[in-house]
Amino acid sequence: MKIDQSKIRNFCIIAHIDHGKSTLADRIIEKTGLLTSREMQAQVLDNMELERERGITIKAQSVRIIYKDKNGEEYIFNLIDTPGHVDFNYEVSRSLAACDGAILVVDAAQGIEAQTLANVYLALDHDLDIMPVINKIDLPSAQPERVVSEIEDVIGIEAHDAPLISAKNGINIEAVLEQIIVKIPAPKGDPMAPLKALIFDAVYDSYKGVIVFFRVMEGKITKGTPVRMMATGAEFTTVEVGYFGAGQFIPDEELSAGMVGYMTASIKNLKDTLIGDTITNALEPCSEPLPGYKKVNPMVYCGMYPADGAKYPDLREALEKLKLNDASLQFEPETSVALGFGFRCGFLGLLHLEIIQERLEREYNLDLVTTAPSVIYKVHKTNGEEISLTNPSNLLDPSEIDYMEEPIVSAEIMVTTEFIGPIMELCQERRGVYLGMEYMEETRAMLRYELPLNEIIYDFFDALKSRSRGYASFDYEMKGYQRSELCRLDILVNREEVDALSFIVFSGSAYERGRKMCEKLKEEIPRQLFEIPIQAAIGSKIIARETVKALRKDVLAKCYGGDISRKRKLLEKQKEGKKRMRQVGNVEIPQKAFMSVLKLDDK
Amino acid sequence: MRKQLGLYIHFPFCVQKCHYCDFLSFPYSKNTAKAYLDCLYKEIQSTASLYSEFDVATTFIGGGTPSIMALNDLQRLMEAVKGSFNIKNTDEITLEANPGTLSMAKLEEARKSGINRLSIGLQSCDDAELQLLGRIHTYEQFCEQFEYARAAGFDNINIDVMSALPRQTLSDYEATLDGILDLEPEHISAYSLIIEEGTPFFDKYGDRLGKDMPSEACERQMYHLTHRKLSGNGYNRYEISNYAKPGFKCGHNIGYWKRRDYLGLGLGAHSMVDNIRFSVPVKLDEYLDFWKRPKRALDLDTIYYQDVDRLTVPTQIEEYMFLGFRLTEGIVREEFYQTFGVPLDDVYGEVISKHIRQNLIVESKNKQRLFLSSRGIDISNYVLADYILDRQKK
Repeated sequence: MKIDQSKIRNFCIIAHIDHGKSTLADRIIEKTGLLTSREMQAQVLDNMELERERGITIKAQSVRIIYKDKNGEEYIFNLIDTPGHVDFNYEVSRSLAACDGAILVVDAAQGIEAQTLANVYLALDHDLDIMPVINKIDLPSAQPERVVSEIEDVIGIEAHDAPLISAKNGINIEAVLEQIIVKIPAPKGDPMAPLKALIFDAVYDSYKGVIVFFRVMEGKITKGTPVRMMATGAEFTTVEVGYFGAGQFIPDEELSAGMVGYMTASIKNLKDTLIGDTITNALEPCSEPLPGYKKVNPMVYCGMYPADGAKYPDLREALEKLKLNDASLQFEPETSVALGFGFRCGFLGLLHLEIIQERLEREYNLDLVTTAPSVIYKVHKTNGEEISLTNPSNLLDPSEIDYMEEPIVSAEIMVTTEFIGPIMELCQERRGVYLGMEYMEETRAMLRYELPLNEIIYDFFDALKSRSRGYASFDYEMKGYQRSELCRLDILVNREEVDALSFIVFSGSAYERGRKMCEKLKEEIPRQLFEIPIQAAIGSKIIARETVKALRKDVLAKCYGGDISRKRKLLEKQKEGKKRMRQVGNVEIPQKAFMSVLKLDDK
Repeated sequence: MRKQLGLYIHFPFCVQKCHYCDFLSFPYSKNTAKAYLDCLYKEIQSTASLYSEFDVATTFIGGGTPSIMALNDLQRLMEAVKGSFNIKNTDEITLEANPGTLSMAKLEEARKSGINRLSIGLQSCDDAELQLLGRIHTYEQFCEQFEYARAAGFDNINIDVMSALPRQTLSDYEATLDGILDLEPEHISAYSLIIEEGTPFFDKYGDRLGKDMPSEACERQMYHLTHRKLSGNGYNRYEISNYAKPGFKCGHNIGYWKRRDYLGLGLGAHSMVDNIRFSVPVKLDEYLDFWKRPKRALDLDTIYYQDVDRLTVPTQIEEYMFLGFRLTEGIVREEFYQTFGVPLDDVYGEVISKHIRQNLIVESKNKQRLFLSSRGIDISNYVLADYILDRQKK
């Protein structure tokens, strides 16, 4: 089938979390008849169980829809769903680069939030035309007029004709579809030029190998086309090309400039098909690759250990499998005195970490002990060498260190004015440097701060939510490294140092953190046969101490009328609890204690 | 020898529920009790035929408060039991009793009907404490009924006592123990109060940090005082919370710990026969409905029973350990081998040597017997949890 470029629309939907992005995507799919509503499982595009559960999109997804407009003209819509979280900003930016326009969904009750802005800026960076849509207009608290003027004032795009819809209840979806044709430009690009296609995602399939998702910018690709990935240099012969049906791949003869689809080429390794790379024809290459490709590096590291040491090979296998579908996941073996054999894993951010952890536990049935996350510190040695430190245990002796640097982010926090005080206080506590504040409207403001990444990977998000009763929203981007006074805080349990509990901390907060850490561990470590001192130390200096008293009495006396079920349950629960503990020296430490450092903000 | 069976009969009605109690019981009324007993007789009669190859070794009528039963009801119940099961008057037959529901006449008739052991709930010798607990009797009333029981010919009586009550001091508790020792019962059950969810006490003291509760140190002192005082007065501790004069251990309860077969009759009653555990449902109206209908054959597949659990060997082994260790005589290696055909140390060698090393378990000189040390008794849950075996995830 020959497709007229002017009848194609490539777009994505961007929104702050929970503003209804995936729901709108579903309605569009449903409205265009790709699936009947009976076939629709809620939120078609979020495939993973975890994605549905958390209501977030982790992997980019894409679907081709045929839409017949009110004049009877047929259009092809390629909807590219993007991950919605800052951890996956690079993936988002590549997905955006594959589009010509973006639908901006804004909640009619909440208005613009931090991620709304972050996503809009990202879309504008890619020269996308933005088409605002006001969602959830049927909520009692909806104020569409207010939100329209907010969009016009804050973002500076026209919004007076934005469709007022309810994706959830299917109100006014038709208007969205009609506006797509008018407001989203058709793709350009010469189909006769040498092949130039942008990879925006890839998944691993055990039968077909890597399936590469791309947008053809120029030229065309068919079955048999010899291709080269320009950044990696890997070359393959195309086995299959096609486009995205609802939840399935539909083979086609060719994909030409302006079209979105997939290819397979018996590619064994995801490493060969990096997101953002350019595909070209190996025999007739384009002169230069598409701009914007960069290698993504993990920002957050933590140790992951199997709760049962014997499961180490299983953990390795599971990580390898996950990496097939997630090139940004990194891991290498490490050993901890307390936890045995495990892996130091690198993630794009804390959400990414949590997702991987949950997938390992659910999909691979592994019981994990995870150590506190750490950022990458730059250690400048007195001999002039520079080291990147991802594991606090590997910090050198202070005498060898000239100075250290830590990563800094610039953060934007959107908050209603009544909470400005508490949020500024929080940022101050977290060593934030105030950059400025802008009022969005009378009752809402955007605070801009520079914050050390290590202050936000722990519990910043939770603290932000609790201090603003859930109203603050937050977005950040990496800014660079900055010299800082840092030291390693060690934890001694029963006078033995537990390497997996060590963490790097700003010297000025060390006492406070040490004290809180000891208090937290005292709560987490159950009483045992003997008294257990818990100490925090910097070098050889003890800065805080708590004591877990010895277990005195633990008897369930009653067992009445021969009903032993309660007794059994209690013992099974205790046994389960013991199983979830790690033996460190003589002391049994519960697995979750290793994450204690994440929960020190108890305001 | 014929197979032996313990018989438990449940009477789930009380004058008033004690404030700490979370057992299955309902407010007593003559009519409901009558309806219930009519059903219970039917249950006894139709169940008994399934157990004709058993001799009943011990019988325990518990509750609730079975001593509320009217004289003739109690007689009828005993007749039904004796008429249906193989049971001798010389066997241990216990009636659980609340002193507030007893009388000289009732005690005499109970004794005549074949009941030869009483288990009386006293809990405390302090009237203020009794009131706090929601008990319906005073200490004096108790003493009076105790005298009557002796006069009626009961020469095997247990008294229940409770420690660690709200605001109780060590000397308060000691006074209670002294008051009980003065009466010279044959058997004493001494428990510490456990605040259970769903009881009035839970709402009042449930957070455990409640300033009214005795400190942990005090609770522990009470616990050790119990052992010291009772041992010094000729009572042997034969189970974590139970003390008896020589020859007066409670055979029925020992049956639970030794995993002997027992059959529970009446609402919510639990059974274990031939390594199958099962229980009667706990909803009173459903129980009454079931037995009001014409008599029917009853077996484990009847929907009547719930939680029918055919115990696997690992489960039996776990039970053998965590129940057996509650007895001070503990576990005998040879008996374990006789029961399961596996040497004890093949299953638990590592755990046992760890516990011996930690002085939680003591090994007898001839290495045959293993039992909890005094420290092991203090923290028995912590110790016994180690005898739950590792299973594959289901």
